[in-house]
Amino acid sequence: MTKNKLKRIDLIFHEDCECRQVLEKTFSRSNDEIINDILESGLKGRGGAGFPTGLKWKFTAEQPADERFVICNADEGEPGTFKDREILFKVPSKVFSGMAVCAKVIGAKKGYIYLRGEYRFLLPELQKALGAFHRDIKDLIDFEIIIQMGSGAYICGEESALFESMEGKRGEPRNKPPYPTISGFKDKPTVINNVETLVYAFMICKHGPLSFKELGTSDSRGSKVFSVSGDTPIAGIYELELGMSLEHFVEEFGDGDTKAVQVGGAAGFCVPRKKLKETIIGFEGVPTGGSMKVFNSSRSMYNVLHNYLEFFEEESCGQCTPCRVGCQQLLKGIEAVKKGEKKAIYLDQLLKLSETMKLASKCGLGQSVANSFSSIVDNFREEMIY
Amino acid sequence: MPEVQELVKSLADKYGRKRENLLHILQGIVEQERYLSDVALTEVARELDMSAAQVYGTATFYTFLDTEPRGKYVIRICRTISCDMKGKNQIIQAIEDTLKIKLGETTQNKKFTLLETNCMGWCHEGPAMLINDQVYTNLSVDKAMDIVTDYVKNK
Ligand SMILES: Cc1cc2nc3c(=O)[nH]c(=O)nc-3n(C[C@H](O)[C@H](O)[C@H](O)COP(=O)(O)O)c2cc1C
Ligand code: SF4
Ligand code: FES
Repeated sequence: MTKNKLKRIDLIFHEDCECRQVLEKTFSRSNDEIINDILESGLKGRGGAGFPTGLKWKFTAEQPADERFVICNADEGEPGTFKDREILFKVPSKVFSGMAVCAKVIGAKKGYIYLRGEYRFLLPELQKALGAFHRDIKDLIDFEIIIQMGSGAYICGEESALFESMEGKRGEPRNKPPYPTISGFKDKPTVINNVETLVYAFMICKHGPLSFKELGTSDSRGSKVFSVSGDTPIAGIYELELGMSLEHFVEEFGDGDTKAVQVGGAAGFCVPRKKLKETIIGFEGVPTGGSMKVFNSSRSMYNVLHNYLEFFEEESCGQCTPCRVGCQQLLKGIEAVKKGEKKAIYLDQLLKLSETMKLASKCGLGQSVANSFSSIVDNFREEMIY
Repeated sequence: MPEVQELVKSLADKYGRKRENLLHILQGIVEQERYLSDVALTEVARELDMSAAQVYGTATFYTFLDTEPRGKYVIRICRTISCDMKGKNQIIQAIEDTLKIKLGETTQNKKFTLLETNCMGWCHEGPAMLINDQVYTNLSVDKAMDIVTDYVKNK
């Protein structure tokens, strides 16, 4: 039997962009037409939360204000995600162009790219490409992009923490609402999109909404760039259609001995082998910002969870108690169970704690710790104990 | 230390003296000095007319804005799961042996500091490390020792 290989998509990294031509064509259309195309395509945010991109642009455009901003979120801190780096390295002008389209639609004169500190090595080439881009579009639109560096804080990828950081403050998430479409950077209406989302928006302007909509499923339109790592012979970056089953994914990317796949990074879900078949990669199943980590049977899922909890404990901004104390207690708790200092049923108390964190934490970091915690503890309980 | 004073002043001239310029200035100092000394922090507070506590509080939020003395070259090894699975512990051990320091320490000649860091976006090519802004991937024990030895000898 020949294996059906998953279809490779080539939208994001495809080289011949002719950005200026596409921008000219796009700018000759009305803002409503452009927004309708993005809405029609079904594009949802690629940074994790999956909010419809067209709606985000529309809300921001409609919000009365003297100034609006577009921000490209290039903080890419989720463990196991490395595709935004590759996009910025290989096709930066597509990212700039996506921002320019958004700027026209919402009426922004300034855009920012918030680039994580770990990617500072990209800066010289990015600045060069940006200079060329500014020269190229000068007569088309009054729009300037500025690159701002992060300084090593995962939480600054959370949109409101990112605004705080850009304003020169501690990157502590704000209360929501108000949402960024109403009050974002400098309290002005702001579109904040992931790097990949902006490129897809631009590709939809180039090829039309239908070509995008044809791909994927009714809940998860289009394709997505996946970052594949862990126990796989072919680790790397792949653009694939959304809506595939994890079983198909593992057939192609696993090493033949796959025990579990962590979808969506430390903030995502762990899917054990027995559930691969029924699990769909997409907004109707397990959503992902692109991180796919494959574990084979030689791996201890206790170590995996321990590593994630150390990550959260360190990266929690400490602003709210459920998350600050919760992360510490979960970490201490699994250590105690492993050492036999606590009975196995203590795990149930920890599961309850993680559920409380989901309800009571202020931002997505604290709210999502339960995802990996409960999916690993539920599916690999015996590994937590012995 | 007039040197730091001058640096802070030139950065403030370059970026501006408003709150939103604070991170740029702190990043600029770290780029030159590798860490934020008390003198530098106080100087920034004076220059931007903010309280020293505000400046300090902001700086300490960010991992890369170190407030402890660091070597000229800061080595950060990824400790997150993919790099862990690929043997980051052996890499750390090898560098500790080469530089005769432990994780978290700085060599006596103030040339190197060895730290861990969280996932740095190279999981498919782990183990990975940063030396200042430079990225090194697909490390083996030998490769890591070669790289560090090269810094010891030639930089
Ligand atoms: C803890 C945390 C970290 C995040 N990190 C990122 C990130 O690195 N990159 C990103 O695009 N979105 C990140 N997000 C999601 C953003 O808050 C935001 O939803 C996203 O940038 C919106 O863009 P999109 O609609 O194009 O996906 C993070 C969210 C949380 C809660
Ligand atoms: S949930 Fe965690 S990261 Fe988010 S605001 Fe609370 S303490 Fe900070
Ligand atoms: S886990 Fe080390 S770079 Fe991602």
